[in-house]
Amino acid sequence: MYKPDFLDLLESESIYILRETAAQFERPALLFSGGKDSITLVHLAVKAFAPGKVPFKLVHIDTGHNFPEAMAFRDELVKRYHLELIVGYVENTIKEKGLKEQGGKIPSRNWLQTYTLLDVIEQNEFDACIGGGRRDEEKARAKERIFSVRNEFGEWDPKLQRPELWNILNGKIHKGENVRVFPISNWTELDVWQYIKREQIELPALYYAHERDLLVYQNQLIAVSPFIRIDEHDKIVRKRVRYRTVGDMTCTAAVESEAQTPDDVIQEILTTRISERGATRIDDKQTEAAMEDRKKAGYF
Amino acid sequence: MNLLRFITAGSVDDGKSTLIGRLLYDTQNIHHDQLEVLRKKHQGNGHADVDLALLTDGLRDEREQGITIDVAYRYFSTENRKYILADAPGHIQYTRNMITGASHVDLIIILIDARNGITEQTRRHSIIASMLRIPHLIVAVNKMDLVDYSETVFNEIKQAYDAFARQLELKDITYVPVSALKGDNIVNKSERMPWYKENTLLQYLEQVKVEDDFDLDTPRFQVQYIIRPQSDELHDYRGYAGVISSGVFRTHDEVLVLPHHITTRIQSIEIAGKQVPEAYPQQSVTILTTDDIDISRGDWIVKKEAVPQIEKHASATICWLDDKPLRSGQKLLIQHGTKRVRAAVSAFHYKIDINNLSRTTPEGELKKNEIASVELRFATPLVFDRYKERKKTGAAILIDENTNNTVASVIFE
Repeated sequence: MYKPDFLDLLESESIYILRETAAQFERPALLFSGGKDSITLVHLAVKAFAPGKVPFKLVHIDTGHNFPEAMAFRDELVKRYHLELIVGYVENTIKEKGLKEQGGKIPSRNWLQTYTLLDVIEQNEFDACIGGGRRDEEKARAKERIFSVRNEFGEWDPKLQRPELWNILNGKIHKGENVRVFPISNWTELDVWQYIKREQIELPALYYAHERDLLVYQNQLIAVSPFIRIDEHDKIVRKRVRYRTVGDMTCTAAVESEAQTPDDVIQEILTTRISERGATRIDDKQTEAAMEDRKKAGYF
Repeated sequence: MNLLRFITAGSVDDGKSTLIGRLLYDTQNIHHDQLEVLRKKHQGNGHADVDLALLTDGLRDEREQGITIDVAYRYFSTENRKYILADAPGHIQYTRNMITGASHVDLIIILIDARNGITEQTRRHSIIASMLRIPHLIVAVNKMDLVDYSETVFNEIKQAYDAFARQLELKDITYVPVSALKGDNIVNKSERMPWYKENTLLQYLEQVKVEDDFDLDTPRFQVQYIIRPQSDELHDYRGYAGVISSGVFRTHDEVLVLPHHITTRIQSIEIAGKQVPEAYPQQSVTILTTDDIDISRGDWIVKKEAVPQIEKHASATICWLDDKPLRSGQKLLIQHGTKRVRAAVSAFHYKIDINNLSRTTPEGELKKNEIASVELRFATPLVFDRYKERKKTGAAILIDENTNNTVASVIFE
């Protein structure tokens, strides 16, 4: 009897969404953050269009606060799959628009990314941007469609979403609008790791246990880097840690870990009691509706 | 491990959010920090325990208005299964969201408040479940704690629902007496209802056989995208990418390409660039044919033993989802899988009252959340099945050409 495995079904659904994106849009792009979800997306895209080339450009919004390992990995990946990479620099947006940076000890550029992203979309006339967002991450994401229409200002209106019936995706838009596409909407963190294990997908070393100097700040472990302000009385520790999400150095925190393989990570997730965004996102802690607000303003 | 998609229907008052919260909590799918947030919030309200209903609490607009504005998806897993739960709001004006959520599922849980029995809303949700032909249905009689865990109350509701369901096309119906608030018969067996000997809600979810719902007999494949590498070594490669909607396709099978009626053979089937001997429903594959023929996105590959309908018109049951009412004669686009063509609603047959299935004559327009049987005309022939024969190929959507919104669900009669 035919008994499909859940990972096969998730993979097949994601491939369907990626192919639908390629078929329905003229200038689709894949937003690449360097994190495991976007690396998984690239892997799925390679599978979806094999033996042809991936018909999307990769877009990376570079906050300037990068983990060097993640950048090296990105460039390697681009070369391996003969992809085309477009980088939008938040630094340039700040200069051009005279934007004010967030102050404080850990000056995140996460909110500023939105400006750069919208500029890149406009300059390149992208009509669809594929992202690695998952509905299990956060409650604003839980309500978002697979094809999520944004107006010409990049804004998301949760009350005016198109109903998505059966597996039919309506990507019809007006000029100036664009669609954010979420092929791995239905995957959980655990699903992604089980898939990474099964497919032997390579990830930046940051995702596995390594030693690092860290600032202990509001019960979170923040990588010591030139981008954060360290004062005399701050507590710096050296620990074995890994990252559960990789954004940039000022928006993701590390967790203590000994996990060295995908198997170890899966075991750790199964026993851990802190959800992914809660453990590692500095940006979502600010207000309870932080993600909802950022999405409405055009964030991923 | 396999996958079960299901939906919960009911209103806030039936304890739907509490039920979902209880499922997540008792299967240990709630994380430490999520519980912290709940405890914090709750203390603010002056309550003691964790309120499980708040776990499914959504956006700020909803919290402020105390409502659910849209379908939200929840994920949990046991050792046996991964679950995708569509959480659809129960308000009357949100029939569209219920249909949206329900169009993806294998199973529906209909919640009934034991104190109230079957309500107008229960009937409405059941009619939608029947219309969408959801293969499995669980009636969860909730708030048993408020009726002293009475077997009589449970049996009365069960009999009443049975009588009502007989008029519908609901198949596999199961009844479970529960108290989501107290945790009775959701995940753990209740000691307070010794008269109930059957499975708990979760045990049913774990045992439902979804693989039996796959249609392996009638091959249907719609072309989604054409892969043409156009490189030196793959100069002549032309692969038709898409998802198998039903049936099994094998290498060397003789197939029929529709709507052009061209016969050819399957040269090979690939998944992610690797050849496979056969392909099954729901698999994303690439099919290569032996003859070099012109096949485009939206075309169908089937077998000549079981040919679908190919028509320029069809009778369909539609649910109108848009604020602006539908007028008879209105021109729209129909999207059927990956095929999009111009269409017109050429006639209204009758309107269906979602509360009692009675038919009325429509007065020239169809308003949001209303359901009707209509006649559709297409600019070019459409290849489709009757929904009751094959769901995957029997459903479509209507799109407003001006706003681009998805304005109706379509079920071919």
